[in-house]
Amino acid sequence: MLKEEDKIFKNLSNEFGWKLEDSLKRNDWSNTKDLIAKGRDWIINEIKTSELRGRGGAGFPTGLKWSFTPKKVGSRPHYLVINADESEPGTCKDRDILRFEPQKLIEGCLITSYAVNANICYIYIRGEYYNEGMRLQEAINEAYEKNFIGKNACNSGWDLDIYIHFGAGAYICGEETALLESLEGNKGQPRLKPPFPALVGLYGCPTIVNNVETIAVVPTILRKGGKWFGSLGRPKNTGTKIFCISGNVNKPGNVEEEMGISLKDLIEKHAGGVIGGWKNLQAVIPGGSSMPLIPQDICETLKMDFDSLVAVKSGLGTAGIVVINKDQDIVKCMARIAKFYKHESCGQCTPCREGSGWMWRILERTAKGEATYKDIDLLEDVTKQIEGHTICAFGEGSAWPVQGLLRHFRKEIDKRCHGEPIIKKKRKVPYLIDQHTLESKDA
Amino acid sequence: MSLKKVHHEQPEKFEFTQSNFDLAKKILEKYPKNRKKSAVMPLLSLAQNQNDNWIPLAALKYIGKFLSMPYINVYEIATFYSMYNLSPVGKYFVQVCTTSPCALRGSNNIVKICKEKISKNPSELSENGLCSWTEVECLGACVNAPMMQVNTDYYEDLDDLSAEKILNSFVDDKPLSPGSFRNRKNSAPEKEKKVSNGIKNA
Repeated sequence: MLKEEDKIFKNLSNEFGWKLEDSLKRNDWSNTKDLIAKGRDWIINEIKTSELRGRGGAGFPTGLKWSFTPKKVGSRPHYLVINADESEPGTCKDRDILRFEPQKLIEGCLITSYAVNANICYIYIRGEYYNEGMRLQEAINEAYEKNFIGKNACNSGWDLDIYIHFGAGAYICGEETALLESLEGNKGQPRLKPPFPALVGLYGCPTIVNNVETIAVVPTILRKGGKWFGSLGRPKNTGTKIFCISGNVNKPGNVEEEMGISLKDLIEKHAGGVIGGWKNLQAVIPGGSSMPLIPQDICETLKMDFDSLVAVKSGLGTAGIVVINKDQDIVKCMARIAKFYKHESCGQCTPCREGSGWMWRILERTAKGEATYKDIDLLEDVTKQIEGHTICAFGEGSAWPVQGLLRHFRKEIDKRCHGEPIIKKKRKVPYLIDQHTLESKDA
Repeated sequence: MSLKKVHHEQPEKFEFTQSNFDLAKKILEKYPKNRKKSAVMPLLSLAQNQNDNWIPLAALKYIGKFLSMPYINVYEIATFYSMYNLSPVGKYFVQVCTTSPCALRGSNNIVKICKEKISKNPSELSENGLCSWTEVECLGACVNAPMMQVNTDYYEDLDDLSAEKILNSFVDDKPLSPGSFRNRKNSAPEKEKKVSNGIKNA
């Protein structure tokens, strides 16, 4: 269990107030000027020592990302963009940071902007978080009044302007290049990488895109030292993380915990246990809906960090834990997730646009028990055809949950789908079906 | 991408009110001078706010002119993002989250209640013309599931009873205040043990 003094977000549930004066009591902005005076290389090195990995899902080392920006500002200005387009089902950690710890985010913006040579920072908030965005704007205004940001912010000699940009309900805009497209006033459709945003990003200028939580932990890391952050968790999977536990648990909620805490502890100690007891657990989605689910026997000993979850063919993602107990129909639940991806696909790449619909329709049929055993093979084939054949990671995100379902619950599905393919039953086949499939006997 | 239906009756003209015009000018200052196009999303929201929560085609044309960008580009953006309504919605626009984390905790019942209280089909006005409802994808309040958004406010930790009460309050035009409906403090796990509500087969 994480000790109280090691917690970074002490006000995660607004026990102490979110206003600037309350934040000051929690040590925000206490020595920002000194931190900046130590220089860019020190800041980036300290983040590298802390082994902080991005909290937005992909887990890319943050220090490394920052070091990709050009050392000197050339003809093009640099930008910092904060990704607050939190739409992954099961995830709601950034919302609490925006509502209750806005000053941590703003201070992080200032330090990061200095480290990557940016004078302008955009915070892209999903449109549904209107009230949260207004709250953040209030916090930004407070910081401007105290000259913590603006011209010569904190007397450090660095200028920073922070602007909020609201999205309008597109899941895909959480992908960094789609977010930049959206910020430029286009449809949110991802760009091909490379070039990476660190070199060619917003308006073609070097841009660093980071998740809210990543940026909000930066000031605390610099204050307490990268070594302190690195001492929590285990190597390459360090620090603390906000876990969102939702679904069939007695007390769902957001908690900050050490990386590598066991899943059982998280569910039993923090979330009040699974509804109907631990034995009633069917499966857990460990990192937001894009990550493959894991069945109960693996959950028993699972540690929650990036590498342990990759070892069981899943991923930490955004650490949005969705607990599914045995009262639920697992196929129906995954069919709903497939519908989500069908709805949110941006439509740019064919495998994803068409495939996400195929997966949804087959899963819906499976849930009703109307699918044939051939359909299930087809479903597996479709997931393989999407994975790795799209511009952005959305393709994997939609295919992986279905693959996870097939990997762990194949028996359950086979029990429902023992029907013969339509053609064998000699039903009247619509003329659209390929004629050659009718001729072969085992079609 | 969502299916969008442009309303069959369109107003002839659309213009920002003076206060919104000033606001729009202010929004433009956020972005570099030669990148006016960036402001298209905030301006669409502004137009939607001004015009009773929906955007007429005339507004798309107006914004296109305002930002010197082609009308079709504005149209493209208005149809791509799901939060822009191209046909009228109720004064109280109820959006029920039905993605898995909410579905696991019984959001399907809330949809049923919406059908009873407001209208049979989604995106239809209620009898008194005040409300309409729709199903939406994850609204990012999964630990407070099930939940719904009405205009900009989140109504969290619902069950059948509270959902019915909330919807009634909108139909009667006396909206309840938003927040948690289980007396819960924001999104921290509750301290005292709650009895599980045993929802089956969401």
